[in-house]
Amino acid sequence: MIYFNNVSKVYRDATALEDVTFTVEPGEFVSIVGHSGAGKTTLTKLILSEEMPTDGTVFFESVNVHKIKNEDLTKLRRRIGMVFQDFKLLPHKTAYENIAFAMEAVGKSDEEIHSDVPHVLELVDLSHRHSHFPHQMSGGEKQRLAIARAIINQPELIIADEPTGNLDPVNTHEIVQILKRINDLGTTVILTTHNRGVIDSINKRVITMENGKIIRDTKHHGKEKEV
Amino acid sequence: MAKLSEIPSTTARKRKCDILRFMAMTTFKRIIKAGFINFRRNSSISWAAVLQVVNTLAIITLILLLQGVLQSALGQIKEKVDVRIYFTPNAPEDNIMLLKSSLEQLPEVAEVTYTNAADALKDFRERHSNDYPTIQALDELPENPIYANLSIRANEVEQYASIADFMKSDGPRVVGSPAYIDKVNYYQNKLIIDRLNAIIRGAQKFGFLLTLYFILTSIIVTFNMIRLTIFISKEEIGVMRLVGASKMHVRGPFMIEGAIYGIIGTLITLFVFLPVTIWLGNNMTTFLGINMYEYYISNFLQIFVILLLSGVGLGIISSFLAVRKYLNK
Repeated sequence: MIYFNNVSKVYRDATALEDVTFTVEPGEFVSIVGHSGAGKTTLTKLILSEEMPTDGTVFFESVNVHKIKNEDLTKLRRRIGMVFQDFKLLPHKTAYENIAFAMEAVGKSDEEIHSDVPHVLELVDLSHRHSHFPHQMSGGEKQRLAIARAIINQPELIIADEPTGNLDPVNTHEIVQILKRINDLGTTVILTTHNRGVIDSINKRVITMENGKIIRDTKHHGKEKEV
Repeated sequence: MAKLSEIPSTTARKRKCDILRFMAMTTFKRIIKAGFINFRRNSSISWAAVLQVVNTLAIITLILLLQGVLQSALGQIKEKVDVRIYFTPNAPEDNIMLLKSSLEQLPEVAEVTYTNAADALKDFRERHSNDYPTIQALDELPENPIYANLSIRANEVEQYASIADFMKSDGPRVVGSPAYIDKVNYYQNKLIIDRLNAIIRGAQKFGFLLTLYFILTSIIVTFNMIRLTIFISKEEIGVMRLVGASKMHVRGPFMIEGAIYGIIGTLITLFVFLPVTIWLGNNMTTFLGINMYEYYISNFLQIFVILLLSGVGLGIISSFLAVRKYLNK
């Protein structure tokens, strides 16, 4: 589904990614682990075509994400749900409107919005918060809202970039469980984190990064593959 | 006649068109609604932007009103300028009338007034009623020294020269008038007319440049104010794009907000200028030469349209350009 072929990314004099090659299969749950500055976020930005690679190619299925037109990029991003460490919710919209906006963006009808939004709010246990603004919600609630927004349009891929970075252990556990449930339902999930505990609780494929390079790729439970 | 096989495809195409039209309408409705909601939720910033739009529109209104004062002042000065043709005492009235009617046919001429010798003398006496020596000297003369005259008023000050040229041409000669013309005072007045011409042209040019300067500076300030309101939302714009919103879906609500700034700004400006012009009308009519309130009311619709177009245009264009900066990132 995702193909990184010898991808490098250099910012002026700092190398963020160096010759990275890996593949993500449909339905996989891949955790990318590494310290801050290891290149995890750069990797997710390359998939979304927020950044251009200095070298190499990134494919989403058969599409080179850095060679497509602007309108096609919008369509591509609609196939990917994003969850960020800092939530990136729309501050002037309520919980309900934040999710509705994502549906409006892909051209869903009012009827679909009215029926789907309460359903997904219930799924992340935020029904009682539907008319609250992000600043009125806790960190865990904000992240659950962000996940609800990410999954509302039934994307093929969810990219969660340090989704638990700002959360306490209880909320971290909750978020991980929600992501696992989403993956169980067939959606591919890419999760980046610097928290080993999170990875252990997921128990799925782990890619370890250091200084912009993949140093380990544990493709299957327990079976490590040194890179 | 349509083939049977074509019917389903035509229907499908029509249905597709209907769906697209419905989607466009829904998007448009959502954009307008989002614009209003954003305005309400960012109320402090929104009102700051509205007040800045009011400043710009107030300057435009002030300039429109000043134009009125300038036009009326120039009009009054123009009223006082004319070219007079003085006739010899023996000039037959028929010939003078013939000349009058031929002058009236000139496109440059606004009005020709005939004053006969007796009336001219009467006017002269009235004008100099306090000037005893002049009246006494006049009384001692055996005959009326003031001649009949035609006062010609042109549409524009610069047209007096061509009227004077006409007097020198064959036209008047045909009717045999030159023999009876004593003098044409254009040549005496030429210097004043030319100078007046230069002043009017200068005032218009200066007024235009001043207007341009004020309007440009306030547009730049307003544009930056609106940019600032959008700068606050720059991350939001990025998030909207990441969620997959099209450029128009992101930009639309900001443009509607800009239009709302313009509409509210126009209403506030029109309302504020009402008491201002009433006060000016009551206290400054003599100084300004026109009743500002009457001028404001009689041109209200025109001012309203100018302000609305400027305000809404400024709001929409500023928002469009400001959002573009963050959309392309």
